[in-house]
Amino acid sequence: MNQEATIEINSLTKQFGRVKAVDELSFAVKPGRVTGFLGPNGSGKTTTLRMLLGLVNPTAGSALIGGRPYVNLENPGQVVGAALEASSFHPGRTGLDHLRVHTPQIGVSDDRCHELLEFVGLSESKNRRVAGYSMGMRQRLALAFALLGNPSVIVLDEPANGLDPQGIAWLRNLLRHFASEGRTVLVSSHVLTEVQHTVDDVVVIARGKKVHASSLADLRKLASRAVSVDGPNRAAIVQLAGDHQWNWKETNTGISIENVDAAEVGARAFAANIELHRLVDAEIGLEDMFLKMTSDAQAPVSLGGNA
Amino acid sequence: MIPAIHAEFRKVFTTRIWWLLTFVMIAYLGFIVLIMAAAFVLGGDEMTGGGGPQMGKQLAHMLYSLAGPIGYVFPLVIGSLLFTTEFRHKTITSSLLVAPNRTNLLIGKIVVAATVGLLYGIVAIGSVVAVAAPFLEILGDGAFLGEKETWEIFLGTVWVYVLWSMLGVVLGGLIVNQVAAIIILLVMTQLVEPVLSLLPLFWEPAEHVVKFLPAASGTSVIGGSSLDMGMGMSAELGRIEGTFVLLAYVAVFAVAARLITLRRDIG
Repeated sequence: MNQEATIEINSLTKQFGRVKAVDELSFAVKPGRVTGFLGPNGSGKTTTLRMLLGLVNPTAGSALIGGRPYVNLENPGQVVGAALEASSFHPGRTGLDHLRVHTPQIGVSDDRCHELLEFVGLSESKNRRVAGYSMGMRQRLALAFALLGNPSVIVLDEPANGLDPQGIAWLRNLLRHFASEGRTVLVSSHVLTEVQHTVDDVVVIARGKKVHASSLADLRKLASRAVSVDGPNRAAIVQLAGDHQWNWKETNTGISIENVDAAEVGARAFAANIELHRLVDAEIGLEDMFLKMTSDAQAPVSLGGNA
Repeated sequence: MIPAIHAEFRKVFTTRIWWLLTFVMIAYLGFIVLIMAAAFVLGGDEMTGGGGPQMGKQLAHMLYSLAGPIGYVFPLVIGSLLFTTEFRHKTITSSLLVAPNRTNLLIGKIVVAATVGLLYGIVAIGSVVAVAAPFLEILGDGAFLGEKETWEIFLGTVWVYVLWSMLGVVLGGLIVNQVAAIIILLVMTQLVEPVLSLLPLFWEPAEHVVKFLPAASGTSVIGGSSLDMGMGMSAELGRIEGTFVLLAYVAVFAVAARLITLRRDIG
């Protein structure tokens, strides 16, 4: 494992006045994986990332990259690439110039700017002022900035905001590719479903505290499975659920039955001679659990239970 | 340090504000000098009281010196913008990501501000001379462009623009809110110091203090105490003393900017 590229957050705390924006937060981010840093808006994600990147001083604790605080890295631009806010550009500067401004200090040539603008799909707009860029174009420019120094650690704050579906798919492949090259990728988001096809690991925070950290696979295991069923005779389906002691509830698409899979429900319905028009495995559990974890930060360990 | 300076140069010259301000400065200085030159040269004996060649030389020096006291707000503002634009557009985030050392950021900006101030100074004195000299040569008692004293004024003006833009950048580092910084600069330069400089008229001992005010020190850098430029533009300190007073302001505000504003969280 590439120790140089490991992120370690240790008991990190940031207090603004009386509010603890980040509270005793600890987690690690490993190379070769994409880690989703998740939480609702205002949960302390951005403050945590800013502490990691040396922009905000922690009240207590530490945030280390390869064992060192960001500000002590030899040439941080070649170790860590970060895109924090897609809006932080001078509107009167061209896309190209936004990158050129930083090449002297990162220690790369201006050719690298052209390469990256081509790579993120902005080469045709690179000589236009950023004022005329769409949100998606700004996200791409921010990404190009992050990649200038060919960093082994990539930190992106809400990178999918403003991207169109093609852009999101492109970003997903890109992040997977970076991880496969052994880089450390940390991506924040306030929507779990946005990153669930991208990330290997998840760290969930709410109100500045960690409520969950595991691989996505482990999170899925905790999430309750459910099957959505419907047919001409709903009463019979409800009866079937009762016979097998399944938890069920009525939804606008039929009956939702928890903790079973479609195969089992189908077999039982067939055996009971019940006609079905709909039989779908629904992964409502993951998003539901995310909402539950993050809205109920006071009691963070009630995972996997039925509501 | 060289990469930091290189980056700061690119930041200044990749946006339009530097040349927009240059044009405004040229137009503004040219206009004021045109009016003053016209008033004194064409107004003739009524305005100057009929002075002859000696008076003509003094008039030339007075007009050439105008770039300082009238235009010094331009290097102050362009200097302050080096910091305040970064905070206004939040580019400070990427700047500090690339180079987290905030002292280096401050030093890099001071060096670049000084260089931009040098350019502004040359342009300022150039536009003043371009308007005043033909007037004086053709309609007045001569342009006095060959005089050593005249060139001392030119060099003093360029040098004081360097000092003003350095003061501007450290003030911008202390007051990073762009609107606040510009309002404070305008109020200080257009109201507070002009009013304070009248204080000795009412209470004589105040003159020992007001000569150390920034604009008064700046005037001293241009004129030196030997030169009476008339128009109430008295230079009480010598060129060297004036320089050191302004550098002292720069040093004080630079330290304050580093210890107060630049220590804060960037959020």
